[in-house]
Amino acid sequence: MSETPQHLETPAPRSPGKPAAWHHAPLARALVSLALVLALGVIFPAEGAFFRLGTHQGALRQASVVGILACGLLPVILAGGIDLSVGSVLGLSAVVAAKLSIHAGEPAWLSVLLVLGMGAACGAASGSVVAFARVQPFVATLAMMVFARGLAKTTSGGTKVATAVPGPDGVLRYVEVPPLFRALDAQVFGGNVAAVTLVFLAMAAIVGVVCARHRLGRYLYAVGGNEEAARLSGVPVRATKILAYVISGVCAAAAGICQAAQEQQGDPEAGVTYELTAIAMVVIGGTSLKGGRGGMGLTLLGVLTIGYLDKILSINAVPEASRLMLTGAIVIVAAVAQKNA
Amino acid sequence: MEHISKRFGRATVLDGVSLDLHAGEVHALLGENGAGKSTLLKILAGVHTDHGGSILLDGRPVRPRSPAHAGALGIAVIHQELSLLPALSIAENLFVERPLGWFGFIDRRQERARAARILAEVGLDLDPDLLVERLSLPERQLVEIARALGRGARVLIMDEPTSALAGPAIDRLFELIAGLRARGVALVYVSHRMEEIERIADRLTVLRDGRVVGSARVGEIPLDQVVTWMLGPRHAPADVLPVSPSARDERLAVEDFSVDSADGERRLVDRASFVVSAGEIVGLFGLSGAGASELLLGLSGALGARARARAVRISSVPVRIGSPREARALGVAFVPADRTTMGLVPGMTAEHNGTLVVLPALSPLGWLRPARERRAALAMAADVGLRPEALAMDAATLSGGNQQKVVLGKWLLEAPRVLLCDEPTRGVDIGAKAEIHAKIRALAAAGAAVLVAGSDAREIAALADHVLVLRRGRIAADVARAEATPAALLALAMGHDEARA
Repeated sequence: MSETPQHLETPAPRSPGKPAAWHHAPLARALVSLALVLALGVIFPAEGAFFRLGTHQGALRQASVVGILACGLLPVILAGGIDLSVGSVLGLSAVVAAKLSIHAGEPAWLSVLLVLGMGAACGAASGSVVAFARVQPFVATLAMMVFARGLAKTTSGGTKVATAVPGPDGVLRYVEVPPLFRALDAQVFGGNVAAVTLVFLAMAAIVGVVCARHRLGRYLYAVGGNEEAARLSGVPVRATKILAYVISGVCAAAAGICQAAQEQQGDPEAGVTYELTAIAMVVIGGTSLKGGRGGMGLTLLGVLTIGYLDKILSINAVPEASRLMLTGAIVIVAAVAQKNA
Repeated sequence: MEHISKRFGRATVLDGVSLDLHAGEVHALLGENGAGKSTLLKILAGVHTDHGGSILLDGRPVRPRSPAHAGALGIAVIHQELSLLPALSIAENLFVERPLGWFGFIDRRQERARAARILAEVGLDLDPDLLVERLSLPERQLVEIARALGRGARVLIMDEPTSALAGPAIDRLFELIAGLRARGVALVYVSHRMEEIERIADRLTVLRDGRVVGSARVGEIPLDQVVTWMLGPRHAPADVLPVSPSARDERLAVEDFSVDSADGERRLVDRASFVVSAGEIVGLFGLSGAGASELLLGLSGALGARARARAVRISSVPVRIGSPREARALGVAFVPADRTTMGLVPGMTAEHNGTLVVLPALSPLGWLRPARERRAALAMAADVGLRPEALAMDAATLSGGNQQKVVLGKWLLEAPRVLLCDEPTRGVDIGAKAEIHAKIRALAAAGAAVLVAGSDAREIAALADHVLVLRRGRIAADVARAEATPAALLALAMGHDEARA
């Protein structure tokens, strides 16, 4: 209804046809971030530790579990949402996976299927609250974060679900580590790559292909870029949002199984603050928290950047407290750099 | 105000506008969209500060630097979108810029007492402690006026103050305006409703293309002359077009179609009934707030349950359009007025924007087929006259004309049975405008039923086979093509309810 000629007031569009300067491209920015972190490793190699293969194997292995969370967060963030519950769903999944495969002795395929289904249910619940009740994603997933953590503690009885199983007489019996956990904790390809890294790469590939090559992926970008325009074009906005959270939930469940396998137990406290690291990975890669812009390639660079940063700081014996502070500072620098893009 | 001018980039929006306002006088300001009214008001209100010319207040030159400064000078603007803070009380809103009390501590008792006095002045009998969000829209507007008066406003500018009001609320507002006039406040009243202007304004001034084209005392000037001023000499449509081939079978029939306002208090569209045949272009002409836009939005399913009808039929089959998805399934295409907020997804290429509507057909089993999508996008580009190179660009960086071609084109890959276009060429260059008009006509010729809504009388007159003129949500007239000159349409849209054609 405005009387102003709007086309005159909108800022002049970037001169059409001319490509933006290279340092404005998100891919270039993400590569620069990663290069800076790697340069940090070259400058502070911790007596050559940075140049050993094992360091890089370790960096990749340690980044894998949170990396899986980041893969799941990508569709949610592309659609303009956020999922704070992934760390808690990871903890819940770790507990349930341990219960099923250690205590109940269920076969691996059934345990995996049930846990992934539970993760999907958590995502569907968050997504439905966002899509139908129109609760802000921050609030809806904050609620799920608290709820899933509580459920993890209830299910586990407040203790770690480990291979020491209390019998009916209260005496602890030690049982075998289930094959599922042993398989996921193994190193493959001649002991060079951790199995969890393969899980991470597989999840990244699946989610990446969905985002780039599936109709759902296009709808994620459309809903995140301009929800109203998407709705008026007949995009199923609600279903798109719910599916984004379902993907996030499934990834968090997969990460939970991996975490349980690595620890050989289901810790109800597993994954606390992981959601923040995972969000940092997605954002530092260059995917916009406003939605509509970004992708899996960028997210992988973000996972490597944060993963390497953490590894380089730890081989240099920087205490965890300082590591956290540095990570916080670097996320801010990346966010400000993106804003000025 | 003397010789006010204002440029945005290379475009001169105001060109030497002079206007004098007198204490105790209501001055009506008229002009089509883009004539420069809003810009002029924003200069007075201190929003735009880089203008030429001078503003004299009581003979002293002033230059409002900011809305707060304008307020301190005694100039206040009551906008169409009200600017109250809904979660605060009336009293808090009245003094939000300069709370009463000392050293930052707010004296609530004093605020309440003062607020009650100010409210009484505007004839509003409300508890100053009420939260603004609990007030009705007309009450909020009165509070807004009260706030301006509380700050000692001597020049009060009202931008289409009645566009959201119903009959009794308008009477109340006009009583207040009469009272303010008697107290020596100078008022600027922006509106197109001649009925209202004749009731309360003393003088009127018409802007066109950033210039004052005429000024007169109300009552001494016929509506025809005002319309001529607003439209300018280019009365006849530039291109005389063949009338669409005689209407074929009934395609879209609408009976008693109403749209409620978001708060459910008013009807933005009130029991509209009409028929559009296949191959026909029907214009919906109305000035802002008349409901033309809302009528299309409602038909497109975008307003959900706010839109109701006794019956809607497409090709004689009764339908219910509850969402844009249902509309799409029925072959109803909707081109919204505001392409940036409702039409395009920024960050996505023009190609991906263009295929968004038909994506299901391009992605069997859900998987995208880039080659197939590319072919569809190229076909779309050729169809609407978009350069193929533009397809790879971020839709947000395209020119207005190319953006509009994408917003229209995305519906054309599956030939629509009903096409709803809201202001199809707003802010579009002349070349693209002609292409879009030609495309709309071609779609009608190919058998679509087309509804074109807008407030640009020339565009509607040029495109439509016949025109429904809307006034306050009602269809006030159905004008045949031969009589639908821009001047006739504008006169009908501005005119009295009695003055039916």
